[in-house]
Amino acid sequence: MLEFLVRRFLHSLIALACLIALVFILGRLTGDPALLYLPENATLKAIADFREQGGFNDPVLLQFGRYVGGIMELDFGTSYRRNQPAMEIVFEAFPWTLKLAAVTVVLAMLIAMTVGPMAAYRPASIFDRIASVLSLAAASTPDFWVAIIGILVLAVTFGWLPTSGVGGPEYWILPIAVLMLKITGTTTQVVRGSMISTLASPYIKAARAKGMQEERVVFIHALRNSVIAAVTIAGDQARGIVNGAVIVETIFGWPGVGKLLIDAIIQRDFAVLQAAVLATATVILVLNIVIDIIYALLDPRIRLN
Amino acid sequence: MTTGTMPLTDTAPQPKSAWRNAFILLLGDRFALVSLIYLVLLVTAAAIVPELIGEEGTKINLRQRNAPPFTLENGALYLLGGDSLGRPILPLLLEGARTTLLIAVSVVICSMAVGTGIGLVAGFYQRLLGAFIMRAADVIMSFPSLLMAVIVLYVLEPRAANVVIVLGITRLPLYIRVVRAEVLEIRERLFVESARASGATNLRIIVLHILPVIIPTICTVATLDFAGVMLSESSLSFLGVGVQPPTVTWGLMVAMGRNFLTSAWWLAFWPGLAILLTALATNLLSNWLRLAMDPMLRWRLEGTEGEEEEERRDV
Repeated sequence: MLEFLVRRFLHSLIALACLIALVFILGRLTGDPALLYLPENATLKAIADFREQGGFNDPVLLQFGRYVGGIMELDFGTSYRRNQPAMEIVFEAFPWTLKLAAVTVVLAMLIAMTVGPMAAYRPASIFDRIASVLSLAAASTPDFWVAIIGILVLAVTFGWLPTSGVGGPEYWILPIAVLMLKITGTTTQVVRGSMISTLASPYIKAARAKGMQEERVVFIHALRNSVIAAVTIAGDQARGIVNGAVIVETIFGWPGVGKLLIDAIIQRDFAVLQAAVLATATVILVLNIVIDIIYALLDPRIRLN
Repeated sequence: MTTGTMPLTDTAPQPKSAWRNAFILLLGDRFALVSLIYLVLLVTAAAIVPELIGEEGTKINLRQRNAPPFTLENGALYLLGGDSLGRPILPLLLEGARTTLLIAVSVVICSMAVGTGIGLVAGFYQRLLGAFIMRAADVIMSFPSLLMAVIVLYVLEPRAANVVIVLGITRLPLYIRVVRAEVLEIRERLFVESARASGATNLRIIVLHILPVIIPTICTVATLDFAGVMLSESSLSFLGVGVQPPTVTWGLMVAMGRNFLTSAWWLAFWPGLAILLTALATNLLSNWLRLAMDPMLRWRLEGTEGEEEEERRDV
């Protein structure tokens, strides 16, 4: 187990190192870096000055060394727009995204773990068919479109919910609903599929033959195995949440990392962009390790292998 | 019992063509059938109709600015409404269909081709090269695709070609993994061993023996991936880092319609609905394809007799 952990950790470190290098290459070597930081109508002199000040005229290796050194100290440069250290801005925005993501994941899992087994309980029934198509539709839907239509219908036309921003519980409903769609859809399908194959396995037959109530068979024994299936795709879902959060936060004005990212792009604030991307990547890598650990804990076959 | 002459008919079963078999399987899944019909209609319309409509579709006609849908008073073209410049939405939708579908297909084909090649190498030369390839694939895979695409398209200019490249790269690990897993399994089979024994080179074994076996799997994965690619491209266009106007994709149409949401909801509604329906149809079809290609699961599709047997069967 320890060896597994160490290996995963090293693996993630390599991934992070590659990412840092990639961001550096993208930022410094694909043309004049000053153009990335400065607005598009900056004068030539301003660009030249910026290059001098930022040390962009120095040899590449020296720049890279400074860059990596800065990262070690969590210094990603200063945001040109807000005159604040980039990392500070990112740290302010992160909790918002984490809160949104956490609630979304919990709700999505709850729904998937309820609907999935119920659908697998009676395969090919009306409930199952509807659930399958609905979950597939949820997984195929463009989240930005649903968000917009949701705002139009629920917020503008009926005025039940606010259109954007943060505040009391009503501000959370639409963002969570939209963010939840794809994950719930995919997870429900996976849980249902895994349950259907588990329910055909010998040990379930044995339990039934012993006279166990069908409800116990399905909702306790078979469900346990499906949790493993859900955890397996949890890594993919985490990435899906980040992708979805970018869109949802932008549309609903949720002050999280996703919105920060898009704003940084629109405002051409490269320091913040770098910081946000690297911070998000680190969180995802850590999350993947945690998921692998949970997976190993849940499935003894992995642990003992 | 009469003993009239009964013609001796040939009682050997006629071999059914593969197409007919496929069609019968398709009938077993009504959703897949509807999806296929929808997709065929969409592709045909996107290919032909803009040419047929010609000028009328792209003329700026300020009198029909934000024309409402569901009325024929502005002509049949304006059935779905008009946009902020007065152009009819229906032809615009088909124009967008072209670009969206073309980009998605390009991404899938490119990542399929490159990913398969890399996967074949990784599976065959497993020791050093394969391990390195898998680590690289993991790095790419551990990163949210939208993030990566956004930052890359920020630095390089957002053009259709760049979008295809970036999305293609994010899709590579999927094919690499699947192909490598398949190759690892197939390598051990007897026919590969016998090919090697008769002196076939590695290249020959890979191309002539292993590749044909894995093509069905790759195609299934590709169709499964198609919807995801389309959704990713739409998200990028919506955020403004995908293709830029005047090229039109569905995602871009939704973004442009967002400004008129309260006054002209149809601008954003139809393109998004198109994305949803197309992605759903592709997913349903790829689910069907997965069942149809796997001989062990094919029974699920074999019509009503299959459904009855579902109750009785053990699996």
